[in-house]
Amino acid sequence: MNDAFAQIGLGPFLTVGAALLVLGVFGIFLNRKNIIIIMMSMELILLAANINLVAFSAALGDLSGQVLTVFVLTIAAAEAAIGLAILTVYFRNRGSIQVEDVALMKG
Amino acid sequence: MNWTLALPEIVLAVSGLVILAAGVLMRKEEAFLPSATLSVAAMIVSGFLVTTSSSGFGYGDVFVVDAFARFIKLLVIAGGVASITLSIGYSDGKSALPFETPILMLFSTLGAMIMASSANLMTLFVGLELSSLSIYILCAIERDRVEAAEAGLKYFILGSLASGLLLYGASLAYGFAGTMEFAPIAVEINGAGALPVGLVIGVVFIVVGLAFKLSAVPFHMWTPDVYQGSPTPVTAFMAGAPKFAAFALILRVMMGPFGAMSPRWQLLIEVISALSMLFGALAAIPQRDIKRLMAYSSIGHMGYAMMGLAAATPVGTRGTLVYLTTYLVMNVGVFGVISAMRRRGREVTTIADLAGLGRTNPAMAMVMAICMFSMIGVPPLAGFFGKFMVFGAAWNAGLYGLVAVGALSAVIGAFYYLRVVKVVYFDASVAPFDKPAPSIAFVSAAMGLATVLFLLALGPVSEAAGAAAKALVG
Repeated sequence: MNDAFAQIGLGPFLTVGAALLVLGVFGIFLNRKNIIIIMMSMELILLAANINLVAFSAALGDLSGQVLTVFVLTIAAAEAAIGLAILTVYFRNRGSIQVEDVALMKG
Repeated sequence: MNWTLALPEIVLAVSGLVILAAGVLMRKEEAFLPSATLSVAAMIVSGFLVTTSSSGFGYGDVFVVDAFARFIKLLVIAGGVASITLSIGYSDGKSALPFETPILMLFSTLGAMIMASSANLMTLFVGLELSSLSIYILCAIERDRVEAAEAGLKYFILGSLASGLLLYGASLAYGFAGTMEFAPIAVEINGAGALPVGLVIGVVFIVVGLAFKLSAVPFHMWTPDVYQGSPTPVTAFMAGAPKFAAFALILRVMMGPFGAMSPRWQLLIEVISALSMLFGALAAIPQRDIKRLMAYSSIGHMGYAMMGLAAATPVGTRGTLVYLTTYLVMNVGVFGVISAMRRRGREVTTIADLAGLGRTNPAMAMVMAICMFSMIGVPPLAGFFGKFMVFGAAWNAGLYGLVAVGALSAVIGAFYYLRVVKVVYFDASVAPFDKPAPSIAFVSAAMGLATVLFLLALGPVSEAAGAAAKALVG
């Protein structure tokens, strides 16, 4: 653990991570408008986990957390690309990306 | 270091990439059959390598191969091969699937195999994402059908949320246990007295993420829509490989590191299991669409399979593994018949469309009836043995309430399965279906036969499952 990190401590990092997670989850469930906003919220959740991983990695003096962070960044990029592709396909068929319109199948 | 431990996965990954490159070079319409055939061949080779692979840890202890991993991998590969074979027949008609379909199924199978072998949170997450990302694309692969696009979108949003929560849980577990590997986490748990709260929260998040992939209640809400909207072979695939892999991880985590503290999580699993069984049975009753019906049925079946885990004994784990095997066989049989439901090249999926199948196509009707009876759990069909083993394990573990709920929901479930049989044999026929493609007919006939003759395979299967459970519990 280096000096600067020791001065701040683990707490603030975990708090920021938890705040981002809560923001992301609420962004998905409370947002009733646009699907793009849902995708932004999902990125927030992944970033929350990344902040946790990097903070723990620094606190523990163990590199594996940072290695996983790099993997997560790559996966998040792939996920965003796939999500936007599916969204494009959906928009071409339906002509809308409003959350309330995603309800063809029910029951 | 023994790099050959991951040889089945390496072979699968490399052949997937080669088939993809070859498919791009071919003309689009002609590429499907070669890519599907080659994918099946690659998976069979990989399955053969799984059976001959040695046990042990590899790659800096992030990758484990044992009897349990081998059992799950063979199940996953069997599900993948059957689904790709169905997709060949499905693609004959008008709604041709692109040639990437079998390759994506191959990659999703690969991800599921990595999950089954993971001994580390990192391997777990990467395998899970490889498996899930491929399925998101597969759901929406029929680009001109709005239902498919909607199914893909719904699965993508809820699936990424579940993966995100799982990752957040993994980060907490890593921080509070101080390591990403399962074995040291187990030492941490079984060691000094009180558990760190962060570790417990982290593990709960991980279980929630996996329960979502299993579509167990209360994380089931995506299942009916996604099953209904996706192309039928993809639905058949989704009901297999990813669920087995998620089950593999839950079993590995719960029976391994958390095995010693089973009294503290047993109740949670019992509740999830009971709710899934009841919900699967009750919500399926008003359904008109056969794929939607199968979605609710799969929620129920996951509940039964969880019964074995709730018992928290090696016998229970064996029961769960046998249950998953029987579920694979009968489920693929049903989806084979559903893939064959076409009139003049157009797919039809309501239960009413099955009317009179007993006269127009007796063979298909027979497979459907066998699989439905097997899902109810009528002896001596496959489903009976799975149910028998999990019920027995739960009874011996003293979970009488859970057994009662299971028996009750099996009776309720019998109603809607029997209704399908009634429609098939006793309702006046509307119009005959098109002649099923050879590959679909082959898969459904083979699975129907396997369901009937499962008794013959019961000995070896339950022996292998017993060895797998022993490898896990130690």
